[in-house]
Amino acid sequence: MHPFDFVRAHEIAGAIRSGSRDAAKFIAGGTNLVDLMKCDVERPAHIVDVNDLPLTKIEQTSGGIRIGALARMSDVAEHPIVLENFPVISQALLASASPQIRNMASIAGNLMQRTRCAYFRELTWTPCNKRNPGSGCSAIGGENRLHAILGTSDSCIATYPSDLAVAVVALDGVMTLRGPNGERYVNAANFHLLPGNTPHIEHDLKHGELITSLFIPDAAHARKSAYLKVRDRAAYEFALTSAAVGLDIDGGTIRSARVALGGVGTKPWRSRDAEAALLGKPANEQTFRAAAEEAVKGAKAQEQNGFKIELAKRTLVRALTDLAGGVA
Amino acid sequence: MPNVGRPLDRVDGRPKTTGGARYAAEHNLENTAYGVLVMSTIPAGTIKSIDASAALKSPGVIAVLSHQNTPTLNDAQGKNGLREAALVPFQNASVRYAGQRIAVVVADTLEHATRGAELVKVTYDEAPARIDIQKFRDEANDRAKSKFSKGDADAALASAPVKVDQVYRTPYEHHNPMEAHSIVAAWKGDDLTLYESSQNIFGVQSSMATLFSIPKEKVHVVSQFVGGAFGSKGGVWPHVVIAAVAAREVKRPVKLVVTRKQLYFGNGHRPETEQRVALGANADGKLVALIHEGFGQSNDVCDYAERFVRPTRAIYASDNIRGVNPIVSLNLPSPTYMRAPGESPGMFAIESAMDELAFALKIDPVQLRLINHADTDPVNGKPWSSKSLKQCYEQAADRFGWSRRNPEPRSMKSGRNLIGLGMASATYPAHRSPASARAVMKSDGTAVISSGSHEMGMGTATVMAQLAAETLGVPVERVKFEYGDTTLPPAPISAGSMTAASVGSAVYGAALELKKKIAALDGVDPASLDGDSYHSILSKHYLDQIDARFDAKPEQEESHSTQAFGAHFVEVSIDQDLPVVRVNRMVSAFAGGRILNEKTARSQYLGGIIQGIGMALMEETHLDKRLGTYTNVNFAEYLVPVNPDIRDIDIIIVEEEDKFVNPIGVKGIGEIGIVGVAPAIANAVYHATGKRVRDLPITIEKLL
Amino acid sequence: MSLPPCYQPPDDDEPQDPSRRSFMIGSAAATAGLLVSPLLGEAAVKEAAAKTAADPNAIPVSLNVNGRVHHLKLDPRTTLLDALREHLDLTGTKKGCDQGACGACTVLVDGRRINSCLTLAAMNAGRKIVTIEGLTSEGKLHPVQAAFIRNDGFQCGYCTSGQVCSAFALIKEGHAHSDDEIREWMSGNVCRCGCYIGIVQAVKEARDASI
Repeated sequence: MHPFDFVRAHEIAGAIRSGSRDAAKFIAGGTNLVDLMKCDVERPAHIVDVNDLPLTKIEQTSGGIRIGALARMSDVAEHPIVLENFPVISQALLASASPQIRNMASIAGNLMQRTRCAYFRELTWTPCNKRNPGSGCSAIGGENRLHAILGTSDSCIATYPSDLAVAVVALDGVMTLRGPNGERYVNAANFHLLPGNTPHIEHDLKHGELITSLFIPDAAHARKSAYLKVRDRAAYEFALTSAAVGLDIDGGTIRSARVALGGVGTKPWRSRDAEAALLGKPANEQTFRAAAEEAVKGAKAQEQNGFKIELAKRTLVRALTDLAGGVA
Repeated sequence: MPNVGRPLDRVDGRPKTTGGARYAAEHNLENTAYGVLVMSTIPAGTIKSIDASAALKSPGVIAVLSHQNTPTLNDAQGKNGLREAALVPFQNASVRYAGQRIAVVVADTLEHATRGAELVKVTYDEAPARIDIQKFRDEANDRAKSKFSKGDADAALASAPVKVDQVYRTPYEHHNPMEAHSIVAAWKGDDLTLYESSQNIFGVQSSMATLFSIPKEKVHVVSQFVGGAFGSKGGVWPHVVIAAVAAREVKRPVKLVVTRKQLYFGNGHRPETEQRVALGANADGKLVALIHEGFGQSNDVCDYAERFVRPTRAIYASDNIRGVNPIVSLNLPSPTYMRAPGESPGMFAIESAMDELAFALKIDPVQLRLINHADTDPVNGKPWSSKSLKQCYEQAADRFGWSRRNPEPRSMKSGRNLIGLGMASATYPAHRSPASARAVMKSDGTAVISSGSHEMGMGTATVMAQLAAETLGVPVERVKFEYGDTTLPPAPISAGSMTAASVGSAVYGAALELKKKIAALDGVDPASLDGDSYHSILSKHYLDQIDARFDAKPEQEESHSTQAFGAHFVEVSIDQDLPVVRVNRMVSAFAGGRILNEKTARSQYLGGIIQGIGMALMEETHLDKRLGTYTNVNFAEYLVPVNPDIRDIDIIIVEEEDKFVNPIGVKGIGEIGIVGVAPAIANAVYHATGKRVRDLPITIEKLL
Repeated sequence: MSLPPCYQPPDDDEPQDPSRRSFMIGSAAATAGLLVSPLLGEAAVKEAAAKTAADPNAIPVSLNVNGRVHHLKLDPRTTLLDALREHLDLTGTKKGCDQGACGACTVLVDGRRINSCLTLAAMNAGRKIVTIEGLTSEGKLHPVQAAFIRNDGFQCGYCTSGQVCSAFALIKEGHAHSDDEIREWMSGNVCRCGCYIGIVQAVKEARDASI
């Protein structure tokens, strides 16, 4: 692990000042950053501990819920407003990692979680465009069972790992970012970036900027929402495929729908095409299957992960079916 | 028999549940330095240069050791007892596999040593590497000399009315004990003390004595608590040598903990195998031919071969049996024995094939196994020392409700889930090795029994105290068993399910000798001694204590074949659309001779079964065939079962008396639990889905 | 057993010498060394030892562990897990994977169970840390510990500290209502020996004992 100096920030402005220094990183839960520092992938020279900042509140605001960036995954997962109005958020969180990690990891940190691609994090001597831009992608043509099928490029096929982010983009979450030049808002769906030929640039967060909160708007499709995660073992594993879905059904017809997939994309994969295929249609198996076809449109399989195309469709159909009350 | 068999709580329960148990790396000696390994990043070639200058300038770094500056060790022309006997660390520039330990950075703190290791720059001359076993399958050679043959199996197969002839594959797997390999090495003059997480302390002692050209007595190995091993801590691996070298060079104790990632490359694995099983049967189900052949990975620096045909010699009766399991030498890390080596992958193939045969013949799988029950050893014809496999089938099938199984695949459902029932047999040889024990009776009536064995969680410390207490006729609370130290009487490697039989025979013998000695003082019959008489006799003769030693050697195995048996019955549930396999319930019955502690025995069986569930459904170390490196080298992507993967598992311990196997009548139970689990699950998956998966693990894409 | 040299007792104001140069040996020196005459003289060893206590990058960190405050000087890179094991000699907390993927290092911080391998020691200054050693009071086993022994919820024992801490926490969290709930909420603690059935039984017994 590279050496660094450590400061604990006590107020937001100071944190941003400290975090604006070259090679500075904020630390909250540490579950991803410390891990990647041990892998010698993250090499900050300055660590700014933001855990004392007053950013833990979870509150109902007009039109939605505001979740402080430092609220822990476990607190959000079991918060009554989340359970009542945003069940997909709670379910995605409870399907994540382990109880211990959920007690540590912050909401903002979870949205910033980096890929599990083995060539990126473990095999640091191998080429990786994300870790070492321009060096090549070892996963293409390598061990890629767990890699992405959507949003990939010739430079990178690394899967985006967070379950929460999939639920957040499905429900039109908005992040508040604060930096040296003030505050701005970013739609969660636009926060994570496709790899293209710059896979090392993963999100729309400028150096020194701090995520301060996450807002999720109230909606009928948020109140009726669910997360389904498919994996090899029963718990404590990243998704092979997952689906975050929200439906507002009136008299058997879908009034609004939200669909996002996890485990398959290079970013949390919101599918507006799938939503369009659901909108105004009867909530039945035929509709759900059509939506699933839309959701994986353009998917590109590697040698070992072709199964994810079919599995993602089935995951989505099952999630929609169960959410609709088993009508299909 | 007041003590043996009782489900006593473990004697080491308190230290293990309160944090008091000190494992190898937890011996914090004064002035300890930390060693961190550097691994090769190419699979074959030579090291051109190792640039340690940046590492040496990094704060706290004391030394960087590699082949460039390590003194010559005595490799004894390969007779050095190392797992990689042909690759003594740091002796030359050759690279035989990716992940090879090629340097160590020693620093004053773990953080400094870790950083130093990142700064070591290595360049190589790369050579062509042999990575993909399929590309070199034609070069397989029978290093293990495993070939055996009875009758003419090929001719019998050709003329058999019913045949199953299939290829089965098992992947690279890693033991992944919770405690990675760890050591603290300290020299005092020419005396070396090693706190090493080992299931073979005398092996470590002997190897180090050879390599450093010092008498064995100067090497003191301590291994009191071992945080899991499963075979991976039986070999003497490079880190042991490296820690000892480093401690000698920096003149300080050196602590070296292999990281979880590093563990995948230099501390053993279960090698990939490809196995052909060909069964020929008559219409009545009788096997007329049994052929088992194929190959498994090994390399040129170790002598290991995965002997997957070993169970083939023991499991079914047939006039014509042929087996051979050669190795394919590759530029990959050294394989080693992993819980039930041979039997575990081998029985996956045989028991899957038997299930296929049962369907081909339309004979119930249990019935097919009964038809082919081996009443005597199938190959050498010797009688069994004992065998209760039929009782295992019967009792487990009954409790499981096997009779309610509809034999038709895809016939049983529960909501969206397909339900499948499957079974398989289990077997593992009853080994034994020489072992010695000392028994000491103190004048206060308490006894200390000692033998340099190991406790990796098998319950050795507990059952040996029970066995000694019973033999001496004293309450178990008055007996202490000492182990895990080379200053104690020698015990064999704790592997091959032979600790109870080997060490138990020595403990039993030492206790009897002690009784004889004490009885002789008073001229009484040893059988008349009890808990109170020891105190009075020793007091009468003004003795503080009296001791006896016994060297136990295997003797009676020649006349009989000795083998433990069992049977697994499994119910799986598989979602029709999202076909992840879940094991709903299992009933497994085992006959392993005399059981020394019903509680710890059950735990060992369960542990084997749960590793078997992992083997069946999720365990696989993925290999990048271009780079020659494993990729899922952590606990997040190398999957082992977690708590919610495990539901209802019922163990039946079938009573069995064995008068021949060894003086205490035990067969060993540590490994048989895993044997047969994977095929039982694969067979249940076939019953549920109609899909026969012949390559492990049975992951979702194989059932989509 | 003596405490490691980097341990600083409370109120110890030993002056540090940041100018002390790093001690190192080069490969040339090492090659010259023979097995029977190790490379370093006594002075060098002493110098190396002294340097440990004088790490110029070390920062003061006060950790409250099991009710006792320890004033340490730590490399900022030191994780809470390594601080416990290597600096405080509290080796009950185990290093299994060092990557947050096994749960062997589970401890309680401010009453919540966490993986001590993924948090820096410095981040935990001023927080209340409870380790496995802190669950036993005056030599008396906690009901969770007793239940693990009774139900043989371990074999090798290496994951046990983490399992016990996790079980202790999950009962307090109210996540022990059913077998399935216990299994799910104990899923962050891998047991390679495969003692899950005994562990679930132990959690149930401990839950019932503490109601």
